[in-house]
Amino acid sequence: MEQKRYELNKELAQMLKGGVIMDVTTPEQARIAEAAGACAVMALERIPADIRAAGGVSRMSDPAMIKGIQAAVSIPVMAKCRIGHFVEAQILEAIDIDYIDESEVLSPADDVYHIDKTRFRVPFVCGARDLGEALRRIDEGASMIRTKGEPGTGDIVQAVHHMRMMNRAIANIRAMRTDELFDEAKRLQVSYTLVQYVHEHGRLPVVNFAAGGVATPADAALMMQLGAEGVFVGSGIFKSGNPEKRANAIVKAVSNFNDAQMIASLFENLGEAMVGINAQEIELLMAERGK
Amino acid sequence: MKVAVLALQGAFIEHENMLQKLGVDCVELRQRADLDKDYCGLVLPGGESTVQGKLLHELGMFDVLQTQINSGLPVLATCAGLILLAERISNDQAVYLATLPVTVRRNAYGRQLGSFHTEAPCQGLGTIPMEFIRAPYVEAVGPGVDVLATVDTRIVAVRYKKQLGLSFHPELTGNPAVHKMFLQML
Repeated sequence: MEQKRYELNKELAQMLKGGVIMDVTTPEQARIAEAAGACAVMALERIPADIRAAGGVSRMSDPAMIKGIQAAVSIPVMAKCRIGHFVEAQILEAIDIDYIDESEVLSPADDVYHIDKTRFRVPFVCGARDLGEALRRIDEGASMIRTKGEPGTGDIVQAVHHMRMMNRAIANIRAMRTDELFDEAKRLQVSYTLVQYVHEHGRLPVVNFAAGGVATPADAALMMQLGAEGVFVGSGIFKSGNPEKRANAIVKAVSNFNDAQMIASLFENLGEAMVGINAQEIELLMAERGK
Repeated sequence: MKVAVLALQGAFIEHENMLQKLGVDCVELRQRADLDKDYCGLVLPGGESTVQGKLLHELGMFDVLQTQINSGLPVLATCAGLILLAERISNDQAVYLATLPVTVRRNAYGRQLGSFHTEAPCQGLGTIPMEFIRAPYVEAVGPGVDVLATVDTRIVAVRYKKQLGLSFHPELTGNPAVHKMFLQML
C-alpha cells in the first residue's frame, strides 16, 4: 500500500470522529441508523449479542447482504472479517467497502497472525485492549483503532478498562527519557518509530474509538470523557426497547459529551436498555482473541 | 478576533489546530447557547453532512446559523461543510443551510477507494495540495459564484460573497494557504 493511500485511510477515520458507528444487520436497520445520525454503519449478519447466544463459528457476512446495506445508505459502510482471514478481507475490498473491521467478534481464522493490512488499499480498523496491541495493529497497517470492550454484553467495564490502560501507557511513554524508548519498543513488541511518535505527540498516530458494551447515552459520554474520539454501538441499539430513540440520544450525547444537563434530558423515557450480561458471567471472552 | 468552528461531528480539531498555528483563537459550536458567543468567522468542517445537518436542526442551531451566514458572517466550508451550504444536492433530497447558490453531488468520487490526493492550482494561491475523502464536487454554480479551482474539469472550490466552499480538506495538508485566504476575508 503506498503511503498516500494510508494517509487517506487515516483521514477517513478523522472524518468519523465525534460520531457514532452503529451495527446493523438489514438495509432497514441501516436506514434507521442513518436517520438517527450514525456517521457510519457496520454491516454484519448478527449483532454480537446474538452471535454470543447462537455460539458456533461466526464468519464474514454474505456480500449480497452488505451490498444491500451499501445501496440503502449514503454514509460509509464498514464490515467485519475474521482475524487473520485475508481472503475475507480481499472479498470486502472487492465489493468496495469503506472500512474493514478485522474483528474479534467473529471467530478467529488464524490463532497467530493478523492480516498484513499494508497489502490492501481499503482501510482497516482493529480492536486493542492496550497500547501494545494498538501499536502492533498499526504496524500491520491498521488506520483506526477501537477498544475491544466485551461485545454483546451491554457491560461497559471492559471498554473503560481498555481505555484507561491505553491512556496510562501513553502517559508513561510521554514521560520517558528518549533513551528509554528503545527498550519500551522491545517490551511492547512494536517498532521504535511508533513508540517515538507516541512519546512526541502523547497520542496514537491514528483515531481511537470506544467499542464494546456501550448501551446508554451515559456510557457513550463516559467513553468520550475518557478520551475516545467516537463510539461504536453494537447490540446496544437494536437490542433495546426503542432503537430509534436510543440511537438519536447516543448521537447527541457524543457531540455534547460534557453537558450533563443535556444528557439528563436525553436519558428521559428512553425505554428499556438491552439486557446486560456481566463480563464475569460469560464463558467466551472475545477480547482475548488476537493479541 | 475569534473564529467559530462547528463542532458537532467530524474533523473540527484539525481546523482549530490550523487556525491556532496562524494565531487565531477558536470557539467550538456544539449547542444553541454557543451561537451567542462572540466570533467573526465560521468554519464548517468535514465529517458526515447527514449527521451535522440533523444535529443543527435538533439542537435548535439551524435558523440562527443560517441567519448569521445570510447576514454576511464569513464561512470556510470543507467537504461536508460545502454540502451543508449548498442550495441543491443533485443526488440527495436533503437541503441544509442553502446559503451558497451551487449544486453539489455527494460522494461524487465514489466510496473510500475513490478517495485521492492531488495538487492543483487554486485562484490566488498557486498550486496547493488537496485531500479528497469520499468527496463531493460542484456540478453547477449560480450567478455571482467564482470558481476558484477545478480538478479534471470538476469544480472543487468556489467563492460567493463571504462564503468559501471546498470539496477537499486544506486542514489535513499542513499547508495554511486556504486558511490564510479565509482570515483575509474576516
